[in-house]
Amino acid sequence: MNGFIVELGIIGVSTVLLLVITLWKRKSPSKLREIPALTRLYRAIGLSVEDGTRLHISLGHGGLLDARAGSALAGLAILRGIAEKTSVSDRPAVATAGNASLGLLTQDTLQAGYQAAGVEELYTPTMGRVTGLSPFGYAAGAMHITQNENVSANIMIGHFGPEVGLLAEASDRENVIVIGASDDLAGQSVLFASSQDALIGEELFAAGAYIGTGASHAASLTVQDILRWLIILALLAGSFFKLAGVNF
Amino acid sequence: MRVFTVVIAIAVGLLILLGYFLPLLAGVQILLLNWALILAGAAALVGVFNILFVHADKIRRREKGSAYSAFLIIFLVATLLFGLILGPEHISMQLVMDAIILPVEAALMGILTITLLYAAVRLLRRRADVMSILFLITAVLVILGSATLPFGDVPLIGTTVRPWVTQVLALGGARGILIGVALGTLTTGLRVLFGIDRPYGGN
Repeated sequence: MNGFIVELGIIGVSTVLLLVITLWKRKSPSKLREIPALTRLYRAIGLSVEDGTRLHISLGHGGLLDARAGSALAGLAILRGIAEKTSVSDRPAVATAGNASLGLLTQDTLQAGYQAAGVEELYTPTMGRVTGLSPFGYAAGAMHITQNENVSANIMIGHFGPEVGLLAEASDRENVIVIGASDDLAGQSVLFASSQDALIGEELFAAGAYIGTGASHAASLTVQDILRWLIILALLAGSFFKLAGVNF
Repeated sequence: MRVFTVVIAIAVGLLILLGYFLPLLAGVQILLLNWALILAGAAALVGVFNILFVHADKIRRREKGSAYSAFLIIFLVATLLFGLILGPEHISMQLVMDAIILPVEAALMGILTITLLYAAVRLLRRRADVMSILFLITAVLVILGSATLPFGDVPLIGTTVRPWVTQVLALGGARGILIGVALGTLTTGLRVLFGIDRPYGGN
Protein backbone atom coordinates (compact mmCIF):
# COMPACT_ATOMS: atom_id res chain seq x y z
CA MET A 1 0.00 0.00 0.00
CA ASN A 2 2.88 2.36 0.90
CA GLY A 3 4.44 1.71 -2.52
CA PHE A 4 1.19 2.67 -4.23
CA ILE A 5 1.01 5.93 -2.28
CA VAL A 6 4.62 6.81 -3.20
CA GLU A 7 3.97 6.01 -6.89
CA LEU A 8 0.75 8.02 -6.91
CA GLY A 9 2.58 10.85 -5.14
CA ILE A 10 5.39 10.88 -7.75
CA ILE A 11 2.86 10.92 -10.60
CA GLY A 12 0.79 13.64 -8.92
CA VAL A 13 3.78 15.87 -8.13
CA SER A 14 5.21 15.37 -11.62
CA THR A 15 1.89 16.26 -13.24
CA VAL A 16 1.47 19.46 -11.24
CA LEU A 17 5.10 20.45 -11.87
CA LEU A 18 4.79 19.70 -15.59
CA LEU A 19 1.63 21.77 -16.02
CA VAL A 20 2.87 24.72 -13.94
CA ILE A 21 6.34 24.79 -15.54
CA THR A 22 4.86 24.46 -19.06
CA LEU A 23 2.80 27.61 -18.44
CA TRP A 24 5.88 29.36 -17.03
CA LYS A 25 8.10 28.30 -19.96
CA ARG A 26 5.56 29.64 -22.45
CA LYS A 27 6.08 33.10 -20.97
CA SER A 28 9.83 32.92 -20.47
CA PRO A 29 11.67 30.30 -22.56
CA SER A 30 14.80 28.99 -20.88
CA LYS A 31 18.31 28.65 -22.28
CA LEU A 32 19.43 25.06 -22.73
CA ARG A 33 22.97 23.76 -22.24
CA GLU A 34 24.73 22.71 -25.42
CA ILE A 35 24.57 19.03 -26.36
CA PRO A 36 26.82 18.49 -29.42
CA ALA A 37 24.63 15.73 -30.92
CA LEU A 38 21.51 17.89 -30.72
CA THR A 39 23.31 20.92 -32.17
CA ARG A 40 24.32 18.64 -35.04
CA LEU A 41 20.71 17.45 -35.36
CA TYR A 42 19.45 21.02 -35.61
CA ARG A 43 22.02 21.78 -38.32
CA ALA A 44 21.21 18.57 -40.19
CA ILE A 45 17.55 19.55 -40.42
CA GLY A 46 18.41 22.92 -41.95
CA LEU A 47 21.02 21.47 -44.29
CA SER A 48 18.72 18.76 -45.63
CA VAL A 49 16.19 21.39 -46.74
CA GLU A 50 18.90 23.56 -48.33
CA ASP A 51 20.79 20.89 -50.25
CA GLY A 52 17.78 18.78 -51.22
CA THR A 53 18.77 15.66 -49.34
CA ARG A 54 16.62 13.47 -47.18
CA LEU A 55 16.53 12.85 -43.43
CA HIS A 56 15.91 9.32 -42.27
CA ILE A 57 14.33 9.12 -38.84
CA SER A 58 14.54 5.63 -37.37
CA LEU A 59 12.20 5.12 -34.45
CA GLY A 60 13.39 1.64 -33.49
CA HIS A 61 11.27 -1.34 -32.60
CA GLY A 62 9.79 -0.25 -29.29
CA GLY A 63 6.17 -1.24 -28.78
CA LEU A 64 3.49 1.04 -27.41
CA LEU A 65 2.14 -1.48 -24.93
CA ASP A 66 5.28 -2.06 -22.89
CA ALA A 67 7.99 -0.20 -20.95
CA ARG A 68 9.74 0.82 -24.20
CA ALA A 69 6.82 3.06 -25.17
CA GLY A 70 8.50 6.12 -23.61
CA SER A 71 11.35 6.17 -26.11
CA ALA A 72 8.93 5.49 -28.98
CA LEU A 73 6.74 8.43 -27.94
CA ALA A 74 9.79 10.67 -27.53
CA GLY A 75 10.86 9.70 -31.06
CA LEU A 76 7.40 10.51 -32.39
CA ALA A 77 7.51 13.97 -30.78
CA ILE A 78 10.81 14.66 -32.55
CA LEU A 79 9.44 13.28 -35.81
CA ARG A 80 6.52 15.69 -35.55
CA GLY A 81 8.90 18.65 -35.30
CA ILE A 82 11.15 17.42 -38.11
CA ALA A 83 8.17 16.70 -40.40
CA GLU A 84 6.94 20.26 -39.95
CA LYS A 85 10.38 21.75 -40.64
CA THR A 86 11.26 19.59 -43.66
CA SER A 87 7.82 19.31 -45.27
CA VAL A 88 8.67 21.78 -48.04
CA SER A 89 11.97 20.08 -48.89
CA ASP A 90 12.49 18.57 -52.36
CA ARG A 91 13.16 15.28 -50.65
CA PRO A 92 10.97 15.02 -47.58
CA ALA A 93 12.01 13.07 -44.50
CA VAL A 94 11.35 9.35 -44.30
CA ALA A 95 10.56 7.64 -41.02
CA THR A 96 10.86 3.94 -40.27
CA ALA A 97 9.60 1.78 -37.44
CA GLY A 98 10.15 -1.84 -36.46
CA ASN A 99 6.78 -2.22 -34.81
CA ALA A 100 3.45 -2.16 -36.63
CA SER A 101 1.57 0.05 -34.12
CA LEU A 102 4.48 2.47 -34.06
CA GLY A 103 4.48 2.43 -37.85
CA LEU A 104 0.85 3.56 -37.90
CA LEU A 105 1.59 6.39 -35.48
CA THR A 106 4.61 7.34 -37.60
CA GLN A 107 2.35 7.93 -40.59
CA ASP A 108 -0.17 9.81 -38.48
CA THR A 109 2.54 12.00 -36.94
CA LEU A 110 4.08 12.81 -40.32
CA GLN A 111 0.67 13.75 -41.67
CA ALA A 112 0.06 16.00 -38.63
CA GLY A 113 3.41 17.70 -39.25
CA TYR A 114 2.53 18.37 -42.89
CA GLN A 115 -0.90 19.59 -41.86
CA ALA A 116 0.64 22.02 -39.37
CA ALA A 117 2.98 23.34 -42.07
CA GLY A 118 -0.05 23.89 -44.35
CA VAL A 119 1.15 21.45 -47.03
CA GLU A 120 -0.90 18.35 -46.30
CA GLU A 121 -1.22 17.64 -50.04
CA LEU A 122 2.55 16.89 -50.16
CA TYR A 123 2.22 14.09 -47.64
CA THR A 124 2.29 10.51 -48.93
CA PRO A 125 1.71 7.47 -46.68
CA THR A 126 4.91 5.76 -47.91
CA MET A 127 6.97 8.37 -46.01
CA GLY A 128 6.22 6.39 -42.85
CA ARG A 129 7.36 2.80 -43.22
CA VAL A 130 7.50 -0.44 -41.31
CA THR A 131 10.72 -2.08 -42.47
CA GLY A 132 10.61 -5.27 -40.42
CA LEU A 133 8.99 -6.72 -37.36
CA SER A 134 12.06 -8.21 -35.64
CA PRO A 135 15.10 -6.17 -34.48
CA PHE A 136 17.43 -7.50 -37.19
CA GLY A 137 14.69 -7.51 -39.82
CA TYR A 138 14.04 -3.87 -39.02
CA ALA A 139 17.73 -2.96 -39.21
CA ALA A 140 18.16 -4.80 -42.52
CA GLY A 141 15.18 -2.97 -44.05
CA ALA A 142 16.23 0.45 -42.73
CA MET A 143 19.85 0.07 -43.94
CA HIS A 144 18.50 -0.09 -47.48
CA ILE A 145 16.99 3.43 -47.16
CA THR A 146 20.26 5.01 -46.03
CA GLN A 147 22.09 3.50 -48.99
CA ASN A 148 19.59 4.19 -51.77
CA GLU A 149 17.54 7.29 -51.03
CA ASN A 150 20.00 10.20 -50.96
CA VAL A 151 19.94 10.49 -47.18
CA SER A 152 22.13 13.14 -45.52
CA ALA A 153 21.45 12.31 -41.87
CA ASN A 154 20.23 9.23 -40.08
CA ILE A 155 18.47 10.19 -36.86
CA MET A 156 17.91 7.13 -34.71
CA ILE A 157 15.76 7.89 -31.70
CA GLY A 158 13.80 5.15 -29.95
CA HIS A 159 14.36 1.64 -28.68
CA PHE A 160 17.37 -0.02 -30.30
CA GLY A 161 19.45 -2.95 -29.18
CA PRO A 162 22.94 -3.85 -30.47
CA GLU A 163 21.52 -4.21 -34.02
CA VAL A 164 21.74 -0.41 -34.24
CA GLY A 165 25.43 -1.02 -35.03
CA LEU A 166 24.41 -2.31 -38.48
CA LEU A 167 22.42 0.86 -39.18
CA ALA A 168 25.24 3.10 -37.95
CA GLU A 169 27.80 1.23 -40.05
CA ALA A 170 25.64 1.44 -43.19
CA SER A 171 25.26 5.20 -42.63
CA ASP A 172 28.98 5.63 -42.04
CA ARG A 173 29.81 3.92 -45.35
CA GLU A 174 27.62 6.44 -47.19
CA ASN A 175 29.12 9.38 -45.25
CA VAL A 176 25.74 10.00 -43.68
CA ILE A 177 25.63 11.86 -40.34
CA VAL A 178 24.53 9.54 -37.53
CA ILE A 179 22.68 10.92 -34.51
CA GLY A 180 21.56 8.19 -32.19
CA ALA A 181 19.78 7.69 -28.89
CA SER A 182 18.34 4.58 -27.34
CA ASP A 183 16.74 3.70 -24.00
CA ASP A 184 18.54 0.35 -24.08
CA LEU A 185 21.98 0.16 -22.42
CA ALA A 186 23.43 -2.17 -25.08
CA GLY A 187 22.10 0.10 -27.82
CA GLN A 188 23.59 3.16 -26.12
CA SER A 189 27.04 1.61 -25.85
CA VAL A 190 26.97 0.53 -29.50
CA LEU A 191 25.89 4.03 -30.53
CA PHE A 192 28.65 5.55 -28.40
CA ALA A 193 31.21 3.49 -30.31
CA SER A 194 29.77 3.94 -33.78
CA SER A 195 28.44 7.49 -34.05
CA GLN A 196 30.07 10.92 -33.99
CA ASP A 197 28.02 12.12 -31.01
CA ALA A 198 25.80 9.75 -29.08
CA LEU A 199 23.01 10.83 -26.78
CA ILE A 200 23.35 9.09 -23.43
CA GLY A 201 20.53 8.23 -21.02
CA GLU A 202 17.85 10.84 -20.60
CA GLU A 203 19.31 13.02 -23.39
CA LEU A 204 17.04 10.93 -25.63
CA PHE A 205 14.09 12.76 -24.10
CA ALA A 206 15.72 16.19 -24.43
CA ALA A 207 15.81 16.28 -28.24
CA GLY A 208 12.28 17.65 -28.53
CA ALA A 209 13.16 20.73 -26.48
CA TYR A 210 16.28 21.37 -28.58
CA ILE A 211 14.51 21.32 -31.93
CA GLY A 212 11.80 23.63 -30.58
CA THR A 213 8.75 21.39 -30.46
CA GLY A 214 7.10 23.35 -27.66
CA ALA A 215 7.32 24.70 -24.13
CA SER A 216 6.11 21.39 -22.68
CA HIS A 217 9.34 19.68 -23.82
CA ALA A 218 11.49 22.29 -22.08
CA ALA A 219 9.23 21.96 -19.01
CA SER A 220 9.77 18.19 -19.08
CA LEU A 221 13.52 18.74 -18.78
CA THR A 222 13.05 20.97 -15.74
CA VAL A 223 10.70 18.43 -14.12
CA GLN A 224 13.25 15.66 -14.79
CA ASP A 225 15.98 17.79 -13.17
CA ILE A 226 13.82 18.45 -10.09
CA LEU A 227 12.92 14.76 -9.76
CA ARG A 228 16.57 13.77 -10.25
CA TRP A 229 17.65 16.04 -7.40
CA LEU A 230 14.90 14.59 -5.20
CA ILE A 231 16.15 11.07 -5.99
CA ILE A 232 19.75 12.09 -5.22
CA LEU A 233 18.65 13.57 -1.89
CA ALA A 234 16.61 10.43 -1.10
CA LEU A 235 19.60 8.19 -1.90
CA LEU A 236 21.93 10.30 0.24
CA ALA A 237 19.43 10.39 3.11
CA GLY A 238 18.95 6.62 2.81
CA SER A 239 22.71 6.04 2.95
CA PHE A 240 23.03 8.39 5.93
CA PHE A 241 20.26 6.66 7.90
CA LYS A 242 21.65 3.23 7.02
CA LEU A 243 25.08 4.33 8.31
CA ALA A 244 23.48 5.70 11.45
CA GLY A 245 21.74 2.34 11.99
CA VAL A 246 18.22 3.70 11.53
CA ASN A 247 15.92 1.29 9.68
CA PHE A 248 12.52 2.22 8.28
CA MET B 1 -13.51 15.04 -34.47
CA ARG B 2 -10.02 15.97 -33.28
CA VAL B 3 -11.31 17.03 -29.86
CA PHE B 4 -13.26 13.77 -29.68
CA THR B 5 -10.13 11.64 -30.28
CA VAL B 6 -8.18 13.64 -27.70
CA VAL B 7 -10.93 13.21 -25.09
CA ILE B 8 -11.11 9.44 -25.75
CA ALA B 9 -7.30 9.08 -25.57
CA ILE B 10 -7.03 11.04 -22.31
CA ALA B 11 -9.99 9.22 -20.70
CA VAL B 12 -8.66 5.77 -21.66
CA GLY B 13 -5.14 6.69 -20.51
CA LEU B 14 -6.43 7.91 -17.14
CA LEU B 15 -8.63 4.84 -16.64
CA ILE B 16 -5.68 2.52 -17.32
CA LEU B 17 -3.41 4.50 -15.00
CA LEU B 18 -6.00 4.62 -12.19
CA GLY B 19 -6.58 0.87 -12.65
CA TYR B 20 -3.15 0.30 -11.11
CA PHE B 21 -4.16 2.14 -7.93
CA LEU B 22 -7.92 1.56 -7.58
CA PRO B 23 -9.03 -2.11 -7.48
CA LEU B 24 -12.49 -0.92 -8.57
CA LEU B 25 -11.09 0.01 -12.00
CA ALA B 26 -8.87 -3.07 -12.43
CA GLY B 27 -11.51 -4.86 -14.55
CA VAL B 28 -11.91 -1.84 -16.83
CA GLN B 29 -8.13 -1.58 -17.12
CA ILE B 30 -7.79 -5.25 -18.20
CA LEU B 31 -10.63 -4.85 -20.71
CA LEU B 32 -9.04 -1.75 -22.26
CA LEU B 33 -5.61 -3.39 -22.40
CA ASN B 34 -7.14 -6.44 -24.13
CA TRP B 35 -8.71 -4.13 -26.71
CA ALA B 36 -5.31 -2.52 -27.20
CA LEU B 37 -3.76 -5.95 -27.78
CA ILE B 38 -6.39 -6.79 -30.42
CA LEU B 39 -5.74 -3.43 -32.13
CA ALA B 40 -1.98 -4.09 -32.02
CA GLY B 41 -2.61 -7.45 -33.73
CA ALA B 42 -4.62 -5.73 -36.46
CA ALA B 43 -1.84 -3.13 -36.74
CA ALA B 44 0.65 -5.94 -37.48
CA LEU B 45 -1.40 -6.85 -40.56
CA VAL B 46 -1.50 -3.18 -41.59
CA GLY B 47 2.29 -3.10 -41.11
CA VAL B 48 2.71 -6.02 -43.50
CA PHE B 49 0.61 -4.20 -46.10
CA ASN B 50 2.71 -1.08 -45.53
CA ILE B 51 5.86 -3.08 -46.39
CA LEU B 52 4.09 -4.39 -49.49
CA PHE B 53 2.97 -0.93 -50.70
CA VAL B 54 6.34 0.73 -50.05
CA HIS B 55 8.21 -1.89 -52.07
CA ALA B 56 5.57 -2.02 -54.83
CA ASP B 57 6.00 1.76 -55.13
CA LYS B 58 9.77 1.32 -55.43
CA ILE B 59 9.32 -1.17 -58.27
CA ARG B 60 6.81 1.12 -60.03
CA ARG B 61 9.28 4.02 -59.86
CA ARG B 62 12.18 1.73 -60.91
CA GLU B 63 14.23 3.02 -57.97
CA LYS B 64 17.73 1.80 -57.18
CA GLY B 65 17.56 -1.65 -55.56
CA SER B 66 14.05 -2.38 -56.81
CA ALA B 67 15.10 -5.97 -57.66
CA TYR B 68 15.40 -6.59 -53.91
CA SER B 69 11.92 -5.12 -53.47
CA ALA B 70 10.57 -7.57 -56.06
CA PHE B 71 12.18 -10.49 -54.21
CA LEU B 72 10.72 -9.22 -50.94
CA ILE B 73 7.20 -8.99 -52.36
CA ILE B 74 7.36 -12.44 -53.99
CA PHE B 75 8.51 -14.15 -50.80
CA LEU B 76 6.24 -12.09 -48.54
CA VAL B 77 3.14 -12.98 -50.56
CA ALA B 78 4.20 -16.63 -50.92
CA THR B 79 4.89 -17.01 -47.18
CA LEU B 80 1.61 -15.27 -46.29
CA LEU B 81 -0.40 -17.48 -48.67
CA PHE B 82 1.24 -20.73 -47.58
CA GLY B 83 0.88 -19.67 -43.95
CA LEU B 84 -2.84 -19.03 -44.43
CA ILE B 85 -3.42 -22.29 -46.31
CA LEU B 86 -1.17 -24.66 -44.34
CA GLY B 87 -1.20 -22.95 -40.93
CA PRO B 88 1.82 -21.81 -38.91
CA GLU B 89 2.34 -25.27 -37.33
CA HIS B 90 2.83 -27.04 -40.67
CA ILE B 91 6.30 -28.54 -41.24
CA SER B 92 6.89 -26.39 -44.36
CA MET B 93 6.17 -23.21 -42.43
CA GLN B 94 8.46 -24.29 -39.61
CA LEU B 95 11.11 -24.99 -42.22
CA VAL B 96 10.78 -21.40 -43.46
CA MET B 97 11.47 -20.26 -39.91
CA ASP B 98 14.26 -22.74 -39.08
CA ALA B 99 16.03 -22.83 -42.44
CA ILE B 100 15.66 -19.23 -43.65
CA ILE B 101 14.70 -16.68 -40.99
CA LEU B 102 16.81 -17.98 -38.09
CA PRO B 103 20.01 -18.52 -40.15
CA VAL B 104 19.65 -15.08 -41.77
CA GLU B 105 19.23 -13.42 -38.34
CA ALA B 106 22.20 -15.42 -37.01
CA ALA B 107 24.27 -14.27 -40.00
CA LEU B 108 23.31 -10.65 -39.29
CA MET B 109 24.38 -11.15 -35.69
CA GLY B 110 27.74 -12.46 -36.93
CA ILE B 111 28.15 -9.42 -39.17
CA LEU B 112 27.25 -7.24 -36.18
CA THR B 113 30.09 -8.73 -34.13
CA ILE B 114 32.63 -7.77 -36.78
CA THR B 115 30.97 -4.38 -37.24
CA LEU B 116 31.24 -3.63 -33.52
CA LEU B 117 34.88 -4.67 -33.43
CA TYR B 118 35.56 -2.41 -36.40
CA ALA B 119 33.64 0.46 -34.75
CA ALA B 120 35.69 0.06 -31.56
CA VAL B 121 38.94 0.15 -33.54
CA ARG B 122 37.84 3.32 -35.35
CA LEU B 123 36.50 5.00 -32.20
CA LEU B 124 39.75 6.76 -31.37
CA ARG B 125 40.07 8.04 -34.94
CA ARG B 126 36.54 9.44 -34.79
CA ARG B 127 36.65 10.88 -31.28
CA ALA B 128 39.96 10.86 -29.41
CA ASP B 129 38.91 11.97 -25.94
CA VAL B 130 39.13 10.66 -22.37
CA MET B 131 35.72 8.98 -22.52
CA SER B 132 36.60 7.03 -25.67
CA ILE B 133 39.87 5.84 -24.13
CA LEU B 134 38.08 4.77 -20.93
CA PHE B 135 35.41 3.04 -23.01
CA LEU B 136 37.98 1.03 -24.95
CA ILE B 137 40.07 0.13 -21.87
CA THR B 138 36.91 -1.07 -20.07
CA ALA B 139 35.81 -3.10 -23.10
CA VAL B 140 39.24 -4.77 -23.39
CA LEU B 141 39.38 -5.54 -19.63
CA VAL B 142 35.88 -7.09 -19.64
CA ILE B 143 36.64 -9.15 -22.77
CA LEU B 144 39.94 -10.37 -21.30
CA GLY B 145 38.19 -11.27 -18.06
CA SER B 146 35.28 -13.08 -19.72
CA ALA B 147 36.73 -14.80 -22.79
CA THR B 148 38.20 -18.30 -22.80
CA LEU B 149 41.80 -17.64 -23.78
CA PRO B 150 44.15 -20.29 -25.24
CA PHE B 151 46.87 -19.51 -22.68
CA GLY B 152 44.52 -19.62 -19.69
CA ASP B 153 43.08 -16.83 -17.54
CA VAL B 154 44.93 -13.56 -17.13
CA PRO B 155 45.79 -13.23 -13.41
CA LEU B 156 43.59 -10.76 -11.46
CA ILE B 157 41.62 -9.63 -14.55
CA GLY B 158 38.97 -12.37 -14.47
CA THR B 159 38.81 -12.72 -10.68
CA THR B 160 39.13 -9.15 -9.41
CA VAL B 161 39.15 -6.44 -12.09
CA ARG B 162 36.26 -7.66 -14.30
CA PRO B 163 33.83 -8.35 -11.41
CA TRP B 164 34.67 -4.96 -9.88
CA VAL B 165 34.21 -3.13 -13.19
CA THR B 166 30.93 -4.88 -14.09
CA GLN B 167 29.36 -5.10 -10.64
CA VAL B 168 30.45 -1.78 -9.15
CA LEU B 169 31.36 0.78 -11.82
CA ALA B 170 29.16 -0.45 -14.68
CA LEU B 171 26.21 -1.35 -12.45
CA GLY B 172 26.29 2.03 -10.72
CA GLY B 173 26.51 3.87 -14.03
CA ALA B 174 23.77 1.71 -15.57
CA ARG B 175 21.45 2.45 -12.65
CA GLY B 176 22.06 6.18 -13.06
CA ILE B 177 21.30 5.99 -16.78
CA LEU B 178 18.19 3.89 -16.19
CA ILE B 179 16.89 6.34 -13.55
CA GLY B 180 17.33 9.13 -16.13
CA VAL B 181 15.50 7.08 -18.77
CA ALA B 182 12.70 6.30 -16.30
CA LEU B 183 12.26 10.01 -15.49
CA GLY B 184 12.21 10.84 -19.19
CA THR B 185 9.63 8.12 -19.80
CA LEU B 186 7.51 9.45 -16.94
CA THR B 187 7.39 13.03 -18.23
CA THR B 188 6.87 11.89 -21.84
CA GLY B 189 4.02 9.64 -20.70
CA LEU B 190 2.42 12.49 -18.76
CA ARG B 191 2.67 14.81 -21.78
CA VAL B 192 0.85 12.24 -23.91
CA LEU B 193 -1.63 11.39 -21.15
CA PHE B 194 -2.73 15.00 -20.79
CA GLY B 195 -2.88 15.63 -24.53
CA ILE B 196 0.06 18.06 -24.64
CA ASP B 197 1.81 15.72 -27.12
CA ARG B 198 -0.55 13.94 -29.50
CA PRO B 199 1.18 11.17 -31.43
CA TYR B 200 -2.26 10.00 -32.57
CA GLY B 201 -2.55 12.90 -35.02
CA GLY B 202 -3.84 16.44 -35.00
CA ASN B 203 -2.17 19.70 -34.09
